[in-house]
Amino acid sequence: MNLEAFHFIGPAIVLLAGAVLVLLADLATGRRACVRPLAMLTLAAAALYAATQAAADTGGQAFGGAIGVDRFTIYVALLLIVITAAVVVAGEPGLTRVAQRGEFYALLLASTASMMLLAQARDLVAIFVALETTSAVQYILVGLGRDARASEAGLKYLLTGAIAAAVLLYGFVLLFGIAGSTSLADISRAVAETGDETRLAVVVAFVLIAAGVGFKMAIVPFHAWVPDVYQGAATPVTVFLSAASKAAGFAIALRLFYTGLGGGDTPVSADWAKLFGVLAAVSMTLGNLAAIQQTDVKRLLGYSSIAQAGNIAVGLAAVATGSTLGPAAVLFFLGTYAATNLGAFIAVIAVGARVGSDELRDYAGLLRRSPGLAIVLVLCLLSLTGLPPTAGFLAKLYVFNSAVQGGEQWLVWLVVVAVFNTALSAYYYLRWARTILLDEPLDPAPFQPPAATNAVLTAAALGVLFFGIVPTPLIDAARSAAAALA
Amino acid sequence: MLTTFLLLPLAGVLMIAFLPRTREHEAKWIALFVSALACALSLAIFVRFDRDAAGYQFVDRFEWIRAADAGFSVQYIVGVDGLSAPLVLLLGVLSLAAVLVSFNVTFRAREYFAWLLVLETAVAGVFTSLDLIQFFLFWELELLPMYLLISVWGSGRREYSAMKFLLYTISGSALMLVGFLVLGLAAGTFDIEQLTAQPPSDTLLPLQAVFWFVIAAFLVKLPIVPLHTWLPDAHTDAPTAVSVMLAGVLLKMGGYGILRIALPVLPEQAHDARVLLAALAAISVFYGAVLTLRQRDLKRLIAYSSVSHMGYVLLGVAAMGSVALSGAALQMVTHGLITGLLFIMVGLIYDRAHTREIAELSGLMHQMPLIGAATVVAGLAALGLPGLAGFVAEITVFLGALEAHPAATILAVFGVVLAAGYVLWAVQRVFMGARNERWSALPDFDAWWERAAVAGMLVLVLVVGVYPRVLSDVVAQGVAPLAAMLAGPAA
Repeated sequence: MNLEAFHFIGPAIVLLAGAVLVLLADLATGRRACVRPLAMLTLAAAALYAATQAAADTGGQAFGGAIGVDRFTIYVALLLIVITAAVVVAGEPGLTRVAQRGEFYALLLASTASMMLLAQARDLVAIFVALETTSAVQYILVGLGRDARASEAGLKYLLTGAIAAAVLLYGFVLLFGIAGSTSLADISRAVAETGDETRLAVVVAFVLIAAGVGFKMAIVPFHAWVPDVYQGAATPVTVFLSAASKAAGFAIALRLFYTGLGGGDTPVSADWAKLFGVLAAVSMTLGNLAAIQQTDVKRLLGYSSIAQAGNIAVGLAAVATGSTLGPAAVLFFLGTYAATNLGAFIAVIAVGARVGSDELRDYAGLLRRSPGLAIVLVLCLLSLTGLPPTAGFLAKLYVFNSAVQGGEQWLVWLVVVAVFNTALSAYYYLRWARTILLDEPLDPAPFQPPAATNAVLTAAALGVLFFGIVPTPLIDAARSAAAALA
Repeated sequence: MLTTFLLLPLAGVLMIAFLPRTREHEAKWIALFVSALACALSLAIFVRFDRDAAGYQFVDRFEWIRAADAGFSVQYIVGVDGLSAPLVLLLGVLSLAAVLVSFNVTFRAREYFAWLLVLETAVAGVFTSLDLIQFFLFWELELLPMYLLISVWGSGRREYSAMKFLLYTISGSALMLVGFLVLGLAAGTFDIEQLTAQPPSDTLLPLQAVFWFVIAAFLVKLPIVPLHTWLPDAHTDAPTAVSVMLAGVLLKMGGYGILRIALPVLPEQAHDARVLLAALAAISVFYGAVLTLRQRDLKRLIAYSSVSHMGYVLLGVAAMGSVALSGAALQMVTHGLITGLLFIMVGLIYDRAHTREIAELSGLMHQMPLIGAATVVAGLAALGLPGLAGFVAEITVFLGALEAHPAATILAVFGVVLAAGYVLWAVQRVFMGARNERWSALPDFDAWWERAAVAGMLVLVLVVGVYPRVLSDVVAQGVAPLAAMLAGPAA
């Protein structure tokens, strides 16, 4: 083993080292103030590392082919780092119920590192270990906090997560049985040669795997934990789950299904494409129908994130056609969705910290109480709806177009379902926007979010607008990342 | 030039955004300045439009999203031809009028005028876009300002009406998007000019389905019975200026979309659907007129008359000959002017009397002779009196459609008879009759901006009525290639 192997997983190592440092600093000084800057520094270092990898176009495999680095993993790594950085910078006001700052930041960094490794894994064992590490860290993150709601959420997340992991493992075992290898490359070859006698086993395997990763992606019917966990966890943790964990879930789904289960010409891919098509349609419909009825904004965003996962899964269904259009669309969507969701959730943190509640009616007249905050939140809601001139508009357009470009009639009907769901989602997103912009405030006192929150909100809003008007840089990055999957 | 026209209102929005809170009342002056400039620019475009040259003029283009190999290349292309140039002018005029009649808006004036200007940009984008995705972008951009304008500055059940408007429109446009994507896949481009030059012949879905997907949004917007129910609600509860924009230009987005996209890109399918379209048109005209007769609220009455009048547009489309298509294009412009004016008049009456119930109003001619006279002229134009704008367009539609769809045309002509009935009846009840003491204190025009908006619109209604060639020359340039193309499948 040479040093290059460690270079490939450099950003993750930086993050893990940072996590340890954060813990030590917390122990040594006992002062809360020093851990957050340390975490930020770590993230900056990791981002720099990943950026140099990107600049040098680093590519290759290590650890016996279990771990690889390419444009896809770097894209995912940078996305995850940006999300985590936003949570670290702006999450503080939402942590009133969390006493253990050192643990919080250390776990956040560790979770990010393991998700980056997850995206880099090219072997079933490595994938499973990375996935379980990610989950284990996240169970604790959800449970952090001094009240019963957080504990309940943590336990719920743990139990459903454990079942999902077991199901995933069954699927992996079946794949191993078929291919005789845990390497995705070998599995891909074995699946391509699948005859009728093993076809059923492959189908069962990918259904189980879809269920396992579906838990991370939070798509129906593996979504039951979402509203409770989103509501119960400290809001910064919710942000992290909704943006980072979802991105990692889709990243590993792309890797597993595109690389491992043969996106393209195999008969198997046509089968799992339809599975994802059905899951997408059900996810967005049920997610939207449930979101309409919510009055707690965290639950509303929870259901909306299920519906959005359905939109992204339309891109997964398009993956089956073998072109890189579907993966590129998924990656572009994940990028814009991160900016959008971060903006929305961090605004929710800021309002929650001030108002002490996450009820929809407390957003009445936010425009007059805190104009900047209100404008960012409305922009993010427009982006979630998919209205121009925001990034969400182009993301949906790109995903839907990639599905139509798949050239199959059932994909067009899937898009029909998706566009009607957009209309459905407009109802609750815009009702919320209207409340913010126009209703009379219950409490007219103006307020200013902290400077750090403002910075992240501004960045999110600029991202949402910039990629809505000048999408080409992100589209190009997503496309070259997707090309690395093939 | 067109890009400037698109961006001008947005520049106004920026100026308003940076207006200090203490000077909020100045927002209306900024809006007036900007919309006057935009109006002048639209007039310049209309005047400088070369009536003898074919194709699109004032074209600006650049590649917006480059991913040709990924089937996702979107261009920014704007241009006008004889179909869109008059609508651009109509938009310029009506936006200015809408700002003028909003001069008494004081409730959150800054936001109000900002959204009004965003609306102008969105509609301008729809009328000038020559790329399907760009067209769709502006089509969707129009939703939010409209939703907020009705929902906040409206009256009555404004939240319900605003949401109904939103959901109808967005559901229609959902199908339109799918149609666009399927077309884009088949043709390898979203460029409307290229799609028109080589209509795709082999798509993923049956072409007939694609046609109905695309036209669905336009039929909702027009609106056509039975998809019309959002319109009366939206109109009734919208503030005056928004009603002017809605009836004047937003409905035209539907007719324009049919003429710009549905017919030229899918001519054979349009030709196959012509009987059904004619039937829908005749039902809209007739049923819309019957519903209008039964209205007791003055504003609702005009709203329903719009359903009936936009039916003429579809009738002209369904006939597919050059005369009928010209009639449809003319009808869009004249209806925009006339109905815009009528909504202004109703707004003025409501501002004074605080009711729109026809039964409560009477003898208003005594108190407001000028408003009464202007309303009567607008009403006569609406029922198609020769010498005023409405006549030219309607007679052209009928002449063009009679041969292709005799039954539908005859039914539609009865719509005109009913129009005479509801217009004259309403005028008689509201303005004629003995002096009513309850209204004795009502003033006539009392602000310069009211007079300016009404006078300007009246002049246009008269000019187009007396000398229709100012419009028809331009329209002919746009209709000619379309008619030639549709004559192909017919032969």
